[in-house]
Parts: sequence; structure tokens; C-alpha cells
Amino acid sequence: MSADLNQLKEHAYRIRRFALRMGEVQGQGYIGQALGIADMLAVAYGHALKFKIGEPEWEQRDRFLLSHGHYAIAFYSALINAGILSEDELETYGCDESRLPMSGMASYTPGMEISGGSLGQGLPIGVGMALALRHKRNPAFVYNSMSDGELDEGSTWEAALAASSHKLANLICLVDINNQQADGHSSEVLPFEPLSDKWAAFGWHVQRVNGNDLPAVLAAFDTARSLAAPQPRVILLDTKMGKGVSFLEAREKNHFIRVEANEWAQAIAELDASYQGGAQ
Amino acid sequence: MSAPSDTAVTKPKLTTSAMIASIAAEGQRVRAAPFGKALVELAESRPEIVGMTADLAKYTDLHIFAQAYPERFFQMGMAEQLLMGAAGGMAKEGLIPFATTYAVFATRRAYDFIHQVIAEENLNVKIACALPGLTSGYGPSHQATEDLAMMRAIPGMTVIDPCDALDIEQMVPAVVAHDGPVYMRLLRGQVPLVLDEYDYKFKLGQAQLIRDGKDVLIISSGIMTMRALEVAKEMAGGSADVAVLHVPTIKPLDEATILKEIGRGSRLVIVAENHTRIGGLGEAIAACVLRARMAPNYHQIALPDEFLAAGALPTLHDRYGISTAAIVSFIKNSL
Repeated sequence: MSADLNQLKEHAYRIRRFALRMGEVQGQGYIGQALGIADMLAVAYGHALKFKIGEPEWEQRDRFLLSHGHYAIAFYSALINAGILSEDELETYGCDESRLPMSGMASYTPGMEISGGSLGQGLPIGVGMALALRHKRNPAFVYNSMSDGELDEGSTWEAALAASSHKLANLICLVDINNQQADGHSSEVLPFEPLSDKWAAFGWHVQRVNGNDLPAVLAAFDTARSLAAPQPRVILLDTKMGKGVSFLEAREKNHFIRVEANEWAQAIAELDASYQGGAQ
Repeated sequence: MSAPSDTAVTKPKLTTSAMIASIAAEGQRVRAAPFGKALVELAESRPEIVGMTADLAKYTDLHIFAQAYPERFFQMGMAEQLLMGAAGGMAKEGLIPFATTYAVFATRRAYDFIHQVIAEENLNVKIACALPGLTSGYGPSHQATEDLAMMRAIPGMTVIDPCDALDIEQMVPAVVAHDGPVYMRLLRGQVPLVLDEYDYKFKLGQAQLIRDGKDVLIISSGIMTMRALEVAKEMAGGSADVAVLHVPTIKPLDEATILKEIGRGSRLVIVAENHTRIGGLGEAIAACVLRARMAPNYHQIALPDEFLAAGALPTLHDRYGISTAAIVSFIKNSL
């Protein structure tokens, strides 16, 4: 298990580093979210998901839905790290004619299952895919990755109700709780606590973990995948925006950040130093 | 209950036309549940067809499919955003979902889900909606007077407004043969049967001349084609010779056939639609006529740009000018 963990740490480090390099292409973006969610993506693509490089439509693959399309910068980083996208493409992030648009869309990028971005659509789509997979007797899981802001959307709760009504044990929802949305702290824009109780009341198996604690995230994924109960599963991940880069962690308004040209190298240097220090 | 005492008669009191009311007139030939039956028939050879609804299986005739194929029927509850999102998810997995609800809820309530989840990825979802236009007396909450305008505006969406039971039962295999999203209006329950009297077969994307005439050309879709044919019969006695061009596919619009018919002679041209005058068949044809630099004697019979009243459908259709009598009178005044 510890070998696994070291590998996952490397995945998370590389995902963060790719995200920073993509951010530098645009000079701005959803970098805070990418750094926050890197550990979850490391576990998803480094451990939990079944996929085949070069076969994005492989029928037996687990489906990973990026409902929060603006997290694409993090997701592309995970796909590059997993070998699904090439590292060269990173330089095109958000540029005209790129396969890596700023908000993720299915028709642009291999491995991008849905067009997210209109928030609150991932979970309803996930319900349909999970129903269809069960109907086809395909044992694959559907993972829906969403932000805490999407808890404001009624469609999220329509889908939550339906998932338990249809006993969708093949549906795993991942909620990134970084407590930040466009207008401010999620806990103030439209307070959603007690969140575990809400999901449990909707009939879901609930785990809430520190989303930047790799062993905890790993254990939560393993529990969600191995559970026998005929109910959908949610992992609530409390994450830190900008995780791993101290001056980004400290930013007050970090939903969409601008970073000065000279700061990118500084951010990457800090990431490198802390990974190399931590890996000793 | 005491009968009103101050009238000697006799005229039956018209009551609110509820959701279960048939659009069929008294004594009109009907066929029961053409959509549900056609879907069941086709589903036997197409295992990828599934049915989904937002708590309106019975009111869209999907319950017949649910009874025949319970394992292929999925109840989404009264949640239209979920219905459209999940239908998109089903289609992504290779199934062909028929998602049913009322036209008002599908279009107004779930528009972004149809737009972003279904149409943006060109997913093979068939959206079938009862209570199109003014076919309920419940008032604006249930009157889908702008559904065609909304659906026409979505890139890649095929939009169908069938006339009767024959159109509906032939439309079902046609939309399954077409790979891509479709919005279709539905008539449910006891549905009028009209088009079997003519040499007609539904063909996706084609306008068809149902009947020719030298004085007036009515271009219509949906139940307005039924009305147009009634008008033509009624006026055939001598007051006007009326042609009827049926345009069941609103998008893509068969502009070639429409322009060809408008260009034949100098007939009074009337576009008749069960829809607000904004953004439906009337304006679509007006635009294509202008692009073709034609200037016919053009009129539009459509619902007004208003929130419509509640009440009995015959009353409302008369009031808003889409009843047979109202169209006859409009033509007489225009000739």
C-alpha cells in the first residue's frame, strides 16, 4: 500500500505541475481548483478507474464525468499524466483550434465524457448512464465529479433522488468542497450544511474526507467501489484551493485567478521543492 | 343540484378542457394512443429503444410501452431537468430514449438540458411532448404556445408537428431511423384520424401537398392541417378552391416544396399554425420567402403574442382565430 501511495503522490505532483504549466499559457484560470482537486484525480486515474489508453470509447471503461467543465485544466493534467493526452498538447490549452478548451467539452477531447460547464448537469447525465450500464449488464462505474457550487442547482437534487430511487450502486459522486464559488464562499452564497446528512437523507452512502489527504481519498474510493449496499455513493472531499503553492493558497479571491508572469516559475519551483523534499 | 331556471334551453355548458380531453370533435373518426402503440410495435425489433418520463406516462400514452416492456421503462419522477439529462446519458450509452412529458415542461423548464446535454452532443434522444400549442384549457401553465420557436432555435434539432393519428404512427419509425435529437409534438388518447383519406405518407423533412386548389394555399402543420382540410371541404361549395400544403417537419424546413407551391400562380397564401405568431412556421416561411425575393399575398393565422385564457378549447380556438369557422371567415374577408 505504501508503494501505491508514493506513486499516487507522484501522480498528484505531476497533475499539479501540468496544471500550472497550462495556466501559464493563458496567464490566468481555474488554477486554485486544479491544485485543490489534484489528489482526487491522482487516485481516480492512478488507482480507481478502468480505462485503456488510445481507446476512449472502450465499452468496459469506467465513465468519469466532469460536470464542472471549468475544472478542465485539472482534468487535462490528469489525462496527460495518465498518458491519454500527450504532454505536447499542454501548450495549446485554451488557444484557438486546441483540443483543450478552457471549459471541457466531449467533442473536443479524447477521454472527456461530457460537455460540462452548465453546472448541475453531470449528475442527471450520470443517472442516465448508470441506468443504461445496468440495463446493458455492463459492470462499469459512473463517476460524476462536481463542485460544491453545483449543490445550489435543483437538478443535482433531482438526480440525487432518482439515483437512490433506482438503487444505482454503480454511480459514485465526487463533490469538491473548496468553499469557493463565483460570488464568494459557498457556505455564504447558499449554505448547504449539514451536507453529509443531506446526502444520507436522499438515500446515498456518504463519506466525507479531507480531499488533500491522499490515504483518506484512496480509502474512500476503495470503500465506494467495494460496498455491497444497493445504493449510490457520494464522496465529499474538503479541499484547499491552491493546495501546494503557498501564495495561491493564501489568495482571498481565488475562483478565477490571474497570476503574474514571473509567479509561474515561482509556483512550479515551490511545488518541485516540496515534492522532492517530501519524497525523501 | 338544480338546473338553471331562467333559460328554456339547451346549449350545453362548455367546461374547461382538461389534460385528458381529446382534441377530436364530436363524431370525428379517432384512433386510440397511436404513439404508444407505434412505439411498442417498433420496440420489438429495436431493443435499444427505451421509454422515460417525468411522471406523465399515462398522459403521453407511454404507459402502453411501459406495460409491454417494463424493464425498458424508466420513471424519472416530476423532474424534467433530470429527465433530459438522464435521457442524454442513456443515449451516450447507445440506447434510443423516448423522453415524454408535456410540451411546456420539456421546453421551458428543461431548455438548457435539451440544449447542452442533448443537442450540443447531437445525442439520439427523441423528445415526445403532449399538449402542444393551445390544446389544453388550463391556461398558460399548460399551453405550449412557443415550443416550436424554442426548439427551432437549437442547432441540429429536428422538430416535428404531426397532424393526426396516421402522422404520429408513421412518425415514430421515421424518427428512430434518423440519428440525432428530435423534438416531436404529440396528440394522445383518442386522436383524430384524417390523413388516411388522402394519398399521404409521413416522410421526415418533407412538406406534401395534401389537396390542390386554385384560389387559396394554406400551408400548415399539426392540427392546423386538419383544420385546413375542413376549411377546404367547407369552402369547396363555391366560395373558394383551397389547397393544403402540410408541413409536419418544422425543422429542417422543406423550403423547396414550400417555395414551389407559393410560386404556382397568385393564390392567397396563409400559413396556419397552432403556435404563437413569433418564431414558428409562419415566420420561418416568411423569412424563406423573403430570401427567395418573392412577394406573395401572405397572411399568418397563429396564436397572438399573449398569455392565453383558460376555458373550453372550442371557445378558445374561436377566440384566437384557429378554429375552422374562424379560418373560413378570415379567408372570406381576405379574398
